[in-house]
Amino acid sequence: MAKLVEGLKYSESHEWVKVEGDLALIGITDYAQHALGNITYVDMPSEGDEVNAGEEFGAVESTKIASDLFSPVSGVVAEINSALEDAPELINGDAYANWIIKVKMSDPAELDKLLDAAGYEAVCK
Amino acid sequence: MEEKKTCLYDSHIALGANMSPFGGFIMPIQYSSIEDEHRAVRNAAGMFDVSHMGEILVSGKDSERFVNHIFTNDISVLPHGGVMYGMMLREDGGTVDDLMVYRQFPGDSSEYLLVVNAANIGKDFAWLLENASDYQVKLENVSDNWGEIAIQGPDSQSIVTSFPEFAEAASEKFYTFRNFTYDSEPVIVSRTGYTGEDGFEIYASPRLTLLFWNKLLEMGVKPCGLGCRDTLRFEAALPLYGHELGDDICPIEAGLGIFVKTDKTEFIGREAALKMRTEGPKRKLVGVELLDRAIPRSGYAVLDTEGRQVGEVTTGYRSITLDRSLCMAYVDASFSALDTPLQIAVRKKVFPAKVVKKRFYTPKYKK
Repeated sequence: MAKLVEGLKYSESHEWVKVEGDLALIGITDYAQHALGNITYVDMPSEGDEVNAGEEFGAVESTKIASDLFSPVSGVVAEINSALEDAPELINGDAYANWIIKVKMSDPAELDKLLDAAGYEAVCK
Repeated sequence: MEEKKTCLYDSHIALGANMSPFGGFIMPIQYSSIEDEHRAVRNAAGMFDVSHMGEILVSGKDSERFVNHIFTNDISVLPHGGVMYGMMLREDGGTVDDLMVYRQFPGDSSEYLLVVNAANIGKDFAWLLENASDYQVKLENVSDNWGEIAIQGPDSQSIVTSFPEFAEAASEKFYTFRNFTYDSEPVIVSRTGYTGEDGFEIYASPRLTLLFWNKLLEMGVKPCGLGCRDTLRFEAALPLYGHELGDDICPIEAGLGIFVKTDKTEFIGREAALKMRTEGPKRKLVGVELLDRAIPRSGYAVLDTEGRQVGEVTTGYRSITLDRSLCMAYVDASFSALDTPLQIAVRKKVFPAKVVKKRFYTPKYKK
């Protein structure tokens, strides 16, 4: 059974969001990392890039597949998790401890459109 | 289209395999993980359900002449008990399919078993019928009568010969086979495979295939899916029809000219292949290393250093054995020399790359 964390926001496309002030930390869910298998590459945007809610901002890749990442919120990329450049498998180890990007949100009201843990659990069924 | 199931379908489901359509069949892609299964084959052994492969029997007075007519390799030098790899070509040199020809032992008249790709069984059989009118041959599509298990890896000989009935398989060299009888039924054990490792392929009835599969599972042989079959064959630069070969690709372009005997007097596609061999192909299949962790995948554009497209990736992975981002790609011949600097477009980014030897992993066959 895929792990869920209470208090995070989730998208139907299997990203999670953790809010820290006006920053949104974005990663992929345990369900997603399990479905992908061993992650071998994370394609991340650059700091300063704009992202839009619902739009692709990068990809996670395993041996079998490249899966696009979609930003749950709009804003500007404040930081990327450079540890994932050399160790993308960290996500397999703990999908919630390893965020992929931090976004400075331009419209925090978008968070209300996301799912809570119970809502996301229903998507995975 | 409803996918067909192989005789081992129920076992794949019971083993919890991840199933996916492939070549008209619903096939196991992985049981544990692609990486885990890949390493098992390189370091010990693994077994694959390859019952989806097609088998076509050619018999009759003109069988040798007919097979030489439709096949690029020269079967006149193939001994009984020998296996030969090659292609069937169209008149224009495009590839109908790549296949293995087994020369059987049926007394005085020669009989050949053609083993073809699952996705091409219907097309190949129609092609053979269409080109057989001037030959006294009997063609039988016996694909549904045969199951097939591939046992691959350095431990495969000890596994196969642990069946006392197949003890003599130990003396087989690569690309030879023996006929056996098991429970009064015919079984073919050939020393062949598609992984770059030593290995065997066992052809038997669906009933016996299931029996062997279950015995192998009891022995602890690791079931492996088509996912790692692809990563393994890729590292050994073995072509996959639909990627490195196709109706619009001549094997000369794919670097498979060694299997195209244009010195043979006659076969379909000979003139086109000879012309390409003489003039040199305009595009060539090469190995390319992407100099980053990004993964080049089938269909991605290959660019020159100025950003102009000069080719396309056919298969690519983060190589499991070598931990390098590698691919095979068709590029304009002028960009095919070793170490030629290139670039590969991966989504919105462009990464530096260079031409490398295509055989990323040196096969370990039993010569």
